[in-house]
Amino acid sequence: MAEQRSTAFLDNLGRIYGMYTGVFVAFVILLGIAEKMGLSPQFIGYIFMGVTIGVYALIGIVSRTAKISEYYVAGRSVPSVFNGMATGSDWMSAASFIGMAGTIYGLGYDGLAYIMGWTGGYVLLAVLLGPYLRKFGQYTIPDFLGARYGGNSARLIGVLAAITASFTYLIAQVTGVGIITSRFLGIDFTVGVFVGLGGILVCSMLGGMKAVTWTQVAQYLILIIAYLTPVTVMSYKHTGVPVSEFMYGQILQRIDAREKQIIADPAEALVREKWAAQAKALDEKIWDPATAAGEREKLVAARKSAVAASKPIQPYLKPFARMDRKNMLALIFCLMVGTAGLPHILMRYYTVPSVKDARSSVGWSLFFIFLLYFTAPAYAAFARWEVLSTLVGARIADLPAWTANWAKVGLVSIRDMNMDGILQFGELTLGADAIVLATPEIAGLPYVISGLVAAGGLAAALSTADGLLLTISNSLSHDLYYKVLNPNASIMRRLTISRTLLVITAAIAAWVATFKITIIVELVAWAFSIAAAAFFPALVMGVWDKRANRAGAVSGMTLGFCLTLFYMIGSRFYGLDWWGIKTVSSGIFGIPAGFLTIYFVSRMTAAPSQELQDFVENVRYPRGAVGAADNAE
Amino acid sequence: MGMQQTKPGKAALAAYWAENKRLTTITLIIWAIVSFGATFFVETLNNIVIFGFPLGYYMGAQGSLIVFVLLIFNYSSMMNKIDHKYNLHEEE
Repeated sequence: MAEQRSTAFLDNLGRIYGMYTGVFVAFVILLGIAEKMGLSPQFIGYIFMGVTIGVYALIGIVSRTAKISEYYVAGRSVPSVFNGMATGSDWMSAASFIGMAGTIYGLGYDGLAYIMGWTGGYVLLAVLLGPYLRKFGQYTIPDFLGARYGGNSARLIGVLAAITASFTYLIAQVTGVGIITSRFLGIDFTVGVFVGLGGILVCSMLGGMKAVTWTQVAQYLILIIAYLTPVTVMSYKHTGVPVSEFMYGQILQRIDAREKQIIADPAEALVREKWAAQAKALDEKIWDPATAAGEREKLVAARKSAVAASKPIQPYLKPFARMDRKNMLALIFCLMVGTAGLPHILMRYYTVPSVKDARSSVGWSLFFIFLLYFTAPAYAAFARWEVLSTLVGARIADLPAWTANWAKVGLVSIRDMNMDGILQFGELTLGADAIVLATPEIAGLPYVISGLVAAGGLAAALSTADGLLLTISNSLSHDLYYKVLNPNASIMRRLTISRTLLVITAAIAAWVATFKITIIVELVAWAFSIAAAAFFPALVMGVWDKRANRAGAVSGMTLGFCLTLFYMIGSRFYGLDWWGIKTVSSGIFGIPAGFLTIYFVSRMTAAPSQELQDFVENVRYPRGAVGAADNAE
Repeated sequence: MGMQQTKPGKAALAAYWAENKRLTTITLIIWAIVSFGATFFVETLNNIVIFGFPLGYYMGAQGSLIVFVLLIFNYSSMMNKIDHKYNLHEEE
């Protein structure tokens, strides 16, 4: 019975998700009509959050399972296209959805490092790893390290790296959930974090990978509709053509012209002078011995933003205005390699039926991600144009209500520095995370679109959080507990432990997130460098270098991981500086160090056993069994 | 298992792997040119403006992405062909 039901489900995936999309669009339109008839924004926010989280929870409950292979790899039955969609939402996190356009808005050309880095990594994944991991076909990424290099040491370092990278990343997602729920439900950030987590847990706890996969497909559809809607409307409004991706070239030219006006405006110059004076005053206070140590930290931050505001606007299109060429190239490299090394993404290619499917599925993954990333620069350009053309020059007293709403969350700040009652560019600070969420309001679109965007952001954060939570709890329950500590554990016991760990991990992540450590994109970039340096070299060498052995892998992974962490912490907090490389690109040292160490240490020590060399051979060819490590249930 | 007798010999396996390596290398060279190459020479490329887009900016924002997607689908279909050529494709 259950078997039949699941085959019927797999055969009708297209129809089921097609209907789901239709119902969702109708739901949004109905809410739009209700808004016109007087439904309050508060309620629209509640309905969007409630309905979408409810749908995810429902899918989770329907997909509950007690089978190991369904819990860990969705029964390896996910068709290539749908795995692509699931990977898309697994991949596109709060940082992509909420932060990306904002980063480009703020950094201009230099922000494109994130666009190229977060997509280019899929090429590495497609040709160097994806198909081979599918051929290997176990449950986790540390599984591969364990089988390929033998013994538990490589596996355990893999577990440590998987948890470190995933946990950093998870905190960023949970923070995103908190920002969205607190803003749109009008509740406290901490409460918002726990409300969102409830939705994640119902889903991943009951059905593991199977439930997470089908929820992620549903979340992808919502997030892509939510992302494309406002920018399409803005494109129509400003250019008359509703295809933002092709039309924002015009807007780029208008931005350029408007920025030149702003630079020449005497009122703006006065604002900049006032900021410079304030920065100087703050500076004196910082050095004043009477200032308390706790106070000093706040003053330093205030001085930093004052200094930034005192400088003239940097042209949006100018390359390397905020990041030099070397750092931009390094960042692109780290993000790409990190993308191909993140365990929660790699693991998705275990869920497709064959090697052939794995190959095309990487293509579909990137295609679905591309739809959003291709649009992000347009989103940023339209948002910047809205700010420059409608906000700058407006009377501060007449500013719409959203400015106050977002100021409450700390993402918008407005200070009339020259006391003329008019908003100058230099008087406005928009947090990177505010751009996507606030742009519908900035552009004066109906509130239902703001609600939709919030639901999309929530879908992005929740779907990634689901994948990460699963990676962490699987690493602990499968790799650490089952493979190392208690290989005789029953299936029941393994699943119970996995589910318990899921809840504990989620709770810890929520607790850490309540400290609001730093901006989302920065945290995520850390996870990338860690994954890039710790995983990527050992995985790639495991497939491509038959001579690589355990001693090489263990020393390479350890060195890559430690070196990256060392530079990250050193450069962020203790002024460490090697050739001017910034903290976000810390992996640039660890990645080559990892590769070289594996190569040389392997060659200085004994070659891997014939059995392991045969294993590498088998992983390389789609046909046949893998051999040595075959112990699938 | 039935496929044992059809499994290609050592020389064929080596030839298969060599073709795979060649395709992988070409893919990665193009990948590097459109991302790192375009970023490195962005100022030069920006002198060309198409539909309001400076080319250097465009490559970073959209151009490289289009190439990435095409590269992966091309790799996928070429590899499937190579699998069949050497009789190394999975059994249905």
